[in-house]
Amino acid sequence: MKVIVCLKQVPGTTQVKIDPQTNTLVRQGIENIINPFDTYALEEGVRLRERFGGTVTALSMGPPQAEAALKEAISLGADEVVLLSDKAFAGADTWATSFTLAQAINNVGQYDLVICGRQTLDGDTGQVGPELSEMLGIPFIAYVSKIEEMAEGQMRVQRMVEEGHEVIETSLPAVITVVKEINVPRLPSLRGIMKSKSASVQLWTVKDLGVDEGMVGLSGSYTKVVKIFFPQRVCQGEIFQGELGSQIDCLIGKLRDGGLV
Amino acid sequence: MEYFLSEEQKTIKGLARRVAEERVLPVRAELDETEEFPWAIMKELADADMFRVFIPEEYEGLGGGCLELCLVVEELSRVCGAIAVCYAVNALGCFTLIDFGSEEQRRKYLPDVASGKRLTAFALTEPTAGSDAANIKTTAEKVDGGYVLNGTKQYITNGGEAEIYTVIALTDKNRGVRGASAIIVEKGAEGFSFGKKEKKMGIRATATRELIFRNCFVPEENLIGKAGLGFIMAMKLFDRSRPGIGAQALGIAQGALEAAVDYTRQRIQFGQPLISLPVVQDILGDMATQVEAARALVYAAARTVDSGAKNVTEVSAMAKVFASDVAMKVTTDAVQVCGGAGYMKDYPIEKMMRDAKITQIYEGSNQVLRNAIAIELRKRKARTE
Repeated sequence: MKVIVCLKQVPGTTQVKIDPQTNTLVRQGIENIINPFDTYALEEGVRLRERFGGTVTALSMGPPQAEAALKEAISLGADEVVLLSDKAFAGADTWATSFTLAQAINNVGQYDLVICGRQTLDGDTGQVGPELSEMLGIPFIAYVSKIEEMAEGQMRVQRMVEEGHEVIETSLPAVITVVKEINVPRLPSLRGIMKSKSASVQLWTVKDLGVDEGMVGLSGSYTKVVKIFFPQRVCQGEIFQGELGSQIDCLIGKLRDGGLV
Repeated sequence: MEYFLSEEQKTIKGLARRVAEERVLPVRAELDETEEFPWAIMKELADADMFRVFIPEEYEGLGGGCLELCLVVEELSRVCGAIAVCYAVNALGCFTLIDFGSEEQRRKYLPDVASGKRLTAFALTEPTAGSDAANIKTTAEKVDGGYVLNGTKQYITNGGEAEIYTVIALTDKNRGVRGASAIIVEKGAEGFSFGKKEKKMGIRATATRELIFRNCFVPEENLIGKAGLGFIMAMKLFDRSRPGIGAQALGIAQGALEAAVDYTRQRIQFGQPLISLPVVQDILGDMATQVEAARALVYAAARTVDSGAKNVTEVSAMAKVFASDVAMKVTTDAVQVCGGAGYMKDYPIEKMMRDAKITQIYEGSNQVLRNAIAIELRKRKARTE
């Protein structure tokens, strides 16, 4: 079985700052990590390989430093890793990202399953998985919480829906996105870390994919981020001071004034 | 402080810390309460290749030495002294095999230890032989094709859970300790059973049991090295393993120091955090200094062992004695500066104090080891005269 896992390197914090000039994330001084949801995707890929044999290829599009995320993927069990990095890929929206990943997946060759995390920590769109399946022209299942069965060219999974689980069968190859309920990702092993230190990361550029530069990156994007801003805080709380009795009177007065009681 | 660890040593230490913080921390209090053997954590440690650290590369290990083992033990102990022992005892259980075993014996057992598939234990102590270790009574009578063991080993760590036991028994009763031999006994051997699980003050998640031998036959090939050298092997083993107990003590002390700093920063008394009070600073300053001194001594002793130095009795005893006394002092002080909270089971500090105590007792009580150090001093002086 050949599994392809898509993963992204993201800032390891939710306390991101935005550069007001460029409308982009300030990445300086922030440690980068593998997008947490993608670690579940990788773990599931590695478990499938342990059960059925085959290989796990981890794929990531990003700047050169994303190599670190792919090396970490090796320490966590990935057999091969490919970094899609080129100035031409920069500024991609989800469409251009999915297009580039889809080209790379076709470039990898024959495969059985593509696994992605449900969404990223930074972009938070959750669009790349489904878009990828459209572009590859294969079935898609979102929010997979369990792979029940896997047979020749076929798979049965559970996916999470609002009020329970759906059991879905699909033909393979397919794309799935996974939720954190699917597994507990392993920690790296010492041998894995040592292997990852000497492992080489394959680098693919626009040329390697054989696509038109106009289809990728900013120029291949249908959407553009016009502005990023923090919402203005419109409501301010009020803290009453003084004796308890007068505070209660004050509160009741406010509620009456507001027509709430 | 800079200890000039290699990249590989830093990797080992870093991953051990991750396992400890992410997998051990959430369950340490529960394991202490239930006294349950931490099989799930042993699996995590195996998956992270921690059991490979102390096994030679030829037998599917990573070929680390005493220092690498100490780094893992220190990091595990920083979070839980009990888990660290469940792990470290495996090194004790197979070092004799590594140092004196035949190629065939090593091939048979070490890959399973490296992968974490089978745990090991070491058995010397008996009801009549604690500090007086030479007074063992368990016999291994030579019979056709092997040995028949009779006797009882006491307070054996990993007893009942481990599958491979290195047992020191008398193959020649008439020769005293010169008649002692090291013999491998596998769990499941006929005539080999376990006594009740001991209830303990600290390191409660470890399993401590009696090993009971009643006409237990083991084949000839289970004898490690030559008959009659068992006691010498055991003494050599302890020389090599004692820095590991030092590392356990060091880790416990480090954990207690950190917990004390965390608490005294948060706790407001007299209108300020406790850590701002000179009386508390005085204690914390001493604690930190002692912990660092223990670390320097433990690492230095471990490096001396790894250097292949011929006689390491003195340095490894020093590391164990000093670090364990530091652990007892620092954990006691940590409880003291944290006051009532330190004494309560809702906080981890009282457990650290209970876990620390054993490090002054086992693998040679600190008193016995001080004697050993003094004997080395006397011998050295005598040689120069």
